[in-house]
Amino acid sequence: MSSHITEAEVRHVAQLSRLRLTSEEIHHYAAQLSNILDYVSRLNELNVEGVEPMAHALDMSNVLRPDEPAAGMSVERVLDNAPEKSPPFFRVIKVLGEGSGA
Amino acid sequence: MKEGLRFLPMDPTHTTLLECRQAIAGRQISAVEATQAYLQRIARIDPKFSCFVETYPQRAMEQAAQVDAGKVRGPLAGVPLAIKDVLCTDYGRTTCGSHMLENFRAPYTATAVRKLEEAGAVILGKTNMDEFAMGSSTENSAHFITRNPWDPSRVPGGSSGGSAAAMGADLCAGALGTDTGGSIRQPAAYCGVVGLKPTYGRISRWGLVAFASSLDQIGPFTRTVTDAALLLGVMAGHDPLDSTSANAPVPDYLAGLAQPGNGQPLRIGLAKQYLSDQNDPQVNQAVAEAMEVFRKLGATAVEVDMPHTEYGIPTYYLVATAEASSNLARYDGVHYGHRTNEAEDLVDLYCRSRAEGFGPEVKRRIMLGTYALSSGYYDAYYLRALKVRRLIKGDFDRAFAQCDVLLCPTTTGPAFKIGDKIDDPLAMYMNDVYTVNVNLAGLPAVSLPGGFAQVGQTRLPVGIQLIGPAFGEETLLRIAHLFQQHTLFHQARPAAVV
Repeated sequence: MSSHITEAEVRHVAQLSRLRLTSEEIHHYAAQLSNILDYVSRLNELNVEGVEPMAHALDMSNVLRPDEPAAGMSVERVLDNAPEKSPPFFRVIKVLGEGSGA
Repeated sequence: MKEGLRFLPMDPTHTTLLECRQAIAGRQISAVEATQAYLQRIARIDPKFSCFVETYPQRAMEQAAQVDAGKVRGPLAGVPLAIKDVLCTDYGRTTCGSHMLENFRAPYTATAVRKLEEAGAVILGKTNMDEFAMGSSTENSAHFITRNPWDPSRVPGGSSGGSAAAMGADLCAGALGTDTGGSIRQPAAYCGVVGLKPTYGRISRWGLVAFASSLDQIGPFTRTVTDAALLLGVMAGHDPLDSTSANAPVPDYLAGLAQPGNGQPLRIGLAKQYLSDQNDPQVNQAVAEAMEVFRKLGATAVEVDMPHTEYGIPTYYLVATAEASSNLARYDGVHYGHRTNEAEDLVDLYCRSRAEGFGPEVKRRIMLGTYALSSGYYDAYYLRALKVRRLIKGDFDRAFAQCDVLLCPTTTGPAFKIGDKIDDPLAMYMNDVYTVNVNLAGLPAVSLPGGFAQVGQTRLPVGIQLIGPAFGEETLLRIAHLFQQHTLFHQARPAAVV
């Protein structure tokens, strides 16, 4: 795999990451990410055929608790840190309209 | 090694945590006096090193008064501690070293902190860190940089640099950090203190602001292994609020230090892959001398092969950034955290809020992680990294069939200069070469003061690392304690802070 990452790819990744970057940042990150990806491509030296992926260090899965109702956090508390609110709701700017689906 | 070493038994800021606790319990000093002594010391010394983001003098004095009034008891009654600003508290702010959370007031307290407080600990304040725990120097903090108490022109390490420096400068009796790829052990090595990263799942992560959830773990900074055992014992255990916290019994780590072991000679594993000639020779020297200490105590050295060691950094920086890109998606400018003032629509609000709120290293890692998880690259990067992670764990499994613990350097050299690596992410990442594999495998490890490196006119501490098998903290700490009983490195103090 080629590790070189173009500015267009950086723009695409920035969009996926929901980060608005300046063209200077795009330029800078293209060079840095290319370097890092070059470095990580050394993983290709290893034969990983048949190796089970390891997502987690502990041998556990599907940890469940009894489904019993319990008090949660109050709405006021949840909204305490909201940049804008209209209790009991978070407030955002318009969701529908041009560009909102990008 | 005795530079600046003084014995002032009645000054709680120059004792171990255990001694401080005993002095309070024996009424040689009150909890209020101990807390006041630390707060005064912070006011006098912290301006030189900038370890604390904020302190809670009033609250701390009230906690101490409760202890003196006999209303709070416990194994940490009256002991003043510092905590990394990545742990939520329902008092003060929890900023994670980020503009994004500059004004964030957590609605609850992290389980680990709650347990410390229930055991009687007094919380002095929150310490500086690399933004969202991403970094190895604490230079990525949005607040300010923190300086190394041994040489203020050098970094304290990171990401838990504030806690390590506070410990190194005697500004607390113990401190909490978090370790995702070495963020407790590396700064502990650079600041000349003990730093313990427990087994993944040993301490609940509830209330720890997530960076990479399969790697993050909370742990203590202390002066001695005994103190680390004490803090670990208080914090460890299952928590219904963290499904990845292990439902395994918690041994009495403190009592375990005095256990004789299994009667067999200790087997200390040494891997040539960790003793590279790229290391500062003074680091390799410290490891060799530590082995000599153990050998004199009857231990045998076992040569082990860890062939996948060098693949740790590339694996870690794919796994950790992939998880981070997902974890940090929650900062959307809507629910909490920074919101932009000039968005055109909702997506623009996300993009601008995040661009304004995050610093350059956090953005870089979100981008790398998003790329590694993106369609077309997932198999080549992320999935491959998960497979190599398994191979790395296999190295440890084979090693621990032959030895009780591994002995190796914590870092390749002593603390570097502020500004030296900040523009070279790869050079910065290489700092973690001897620590990240432990997180990938989920193992416990401790960095101990193990010697000094002379760099020009400056003498800097060097850390040695002991790594144990999963949930093997008892044996790990016992062996680490043995080392401290036969060495004096942990008693040395930087001349500038005595």
